Amino acid sequence: MNAAQPLIHLENITIRYRIPTEPIRTFKEYAIRALQGKVRHRDFLALSGLNLDIMPGEVMGIIGQNGAGKSTLLKVIARVLHPNLGRVVVRGRVAPLLDLNAGFHAELTGRENIYLNGAILGFTYRQMQQKYAHIVEFSGLEEYIEAPMRTYSSGMWTRLGFSVATDERPDILLVDEVLAVGDESFQRKSYERIRQFQEDGTTIVLISHSMPQIKDLCTRATWLQHGQLKICGDPAAVIDTYLKNCP
Amino acid sequence: MAIHPETDRPLEIYDSARRPIRPLDELQQVIRFRHLILQLLRRDILTRYKRSVLGIVWTMLNPLGMMIVLTLAFSTIFGRANGYPAYVLSGLLAWNFFAQTTNAAMVNLLWGGGLLHRVFIPRTSFSLAAIGTGVVNIVLSLVPMLLVMLVTGIPIYVTLWFLPIPILLLACFALGCGLLLSALAVYFPDVVEMYQIGITAWLYLTPVMYPESILPTATRTAIQTLNPMYGLLHLFRVPIIEGRIPTLAELLPSTGIALFVLLVGWVFFTENSDALSYRI
Repeated sequence: MNAAQPLIHLENITIRYRIPTEPIRTFKEYAIRALQGKVRHRDFLALSGLNLDIMPGEVMGIIGQNGAGKSTLLKVIARVLHPNLGRVVVRGRVAPLLDLNAGFHAELTGRENIYLNGAILGFTYRQMQQKYAHIVEFSGLEEYIEAPMRTYSSGMWTRLGFSVATDERPDILLVDEVLAVGDESFQRKSYERIRQFQEDGTTIVLISHSMPQIKDLCTRATWLQHGQLKICGDPAAVIDTYLKNCP
Repeated sequence: MAIHPETDRPLEIYDSARRPIRPLDELQQVIRFRHLILQLLRRDILTRYKRSVLGIVWTMLNPLGMMIVLTLAFSTIFGRANGYPAYVLSGLLAWNFFAQTTNAAMVNLLWGGGLLHRVFIPRTSFSLAAIGTGVVNIVLSLVPMLLVMLVTGIPIYVTLWFLPIPILLLACFALGCGLLLSALAVYFPDVVEMYQIGITAWLYLTPVMYPESILPTATRTAIQTLNPMYGLLHLFRVPIIEGRIPTLAELLPSTGIALFVLLVGWVFFTENSDALSYRI
């Protein structure tokens, strides 16, 4: 990767949700309203005119209040939301470390779920066969791996999710507030793994409400407010400004 | 194509400004994510019977029980002479395949939508997995059907080898309908409820359980020309009941309709799929 080329390039990104002024839940209501000419929408800008370049090897912290557009930004990078305006370019394999529990099925065993989750992340069956032993070992769930996941505790779910999502070092890791995974020893282990990724050159985009964590991990930070980029730069400075303006 | 500096694999580049034609792009992604669709299919089949003792055997016992009941009931009404049991069984098998897969395509998207929020996967994955599951089920259900035919003394013809063609056509038609319905259901959740009523009405407008000879001529002509399920069921039944391969004149119109509906559904769904992730 050319060092001068940003790994993530966001240019004038606008995400607009259309919210009907009155909730229309059913087709029947919609048909009636449409006939009356009463289908009105209010636009809600989750992100507006956002410009941001993230370079290889950076750890970018995203801070801001609830509803500021932090998660929406990750979705744009993860290719889940296509921007209404603007352009996003992402170079490399993205691993989303979001709440991946939706990719598990409670009736399937841990082993079956590893393959299912791997397929969701775009790995082939054969690739997963090679990774399998390593994933199980990292999760520390060897004893339970043949049991259906409905018998797992919620901590075990997230441990398995983390182990699958981070088994192979991605070019870009997206982290949405899930660093507090499992018990303390697993938390240390997962923290260590992310550290290692960072040293090996993975670019990380991290959403967190924990200012110490941002200061500790990030090389740069961005403050989002009402879908707009307020400031971006040195984490300590950005956090200072954020805390002064949003006590 | 750029090469990844460390792994020698091609470097994945996502550029929102460079968008290939959507329906074709989706097709490419489906091929890339084919393992996911197989895993989803596997999940659907495994989880359905996982907690029961008999497991996958239910896939066959369930239709077997239904078929025995139907054979008894319909033989009393329409007699056994004209092979009505086979007519009813084959019709219901094909009909249930259509009704269940279109519904599953819709429901899977609504319930599995949480995933589409979090990670990039082809948005047609759920519908494709639903159709795949349906195909596995209909093939497995053929076993109890043949068993019932054998026991009740209905002749079994070698033309059964032709069945993959009508099953494939039914699958195409069901996928097209499923995609159209899913796209609508994302906007209006009550489409799921409305479809239950619609599919029941459609069932009675299709000669599935009753012989088409009981219909008045005008109604029969209308159903034959306007109801695509008529032709598709006919293609499925001919090799089972009449022991012959459908003629080209029977085959072509249904093939055309199935492929046309698939094309329309695929294009409509993929062209609207961006809006879907904003909605689900």
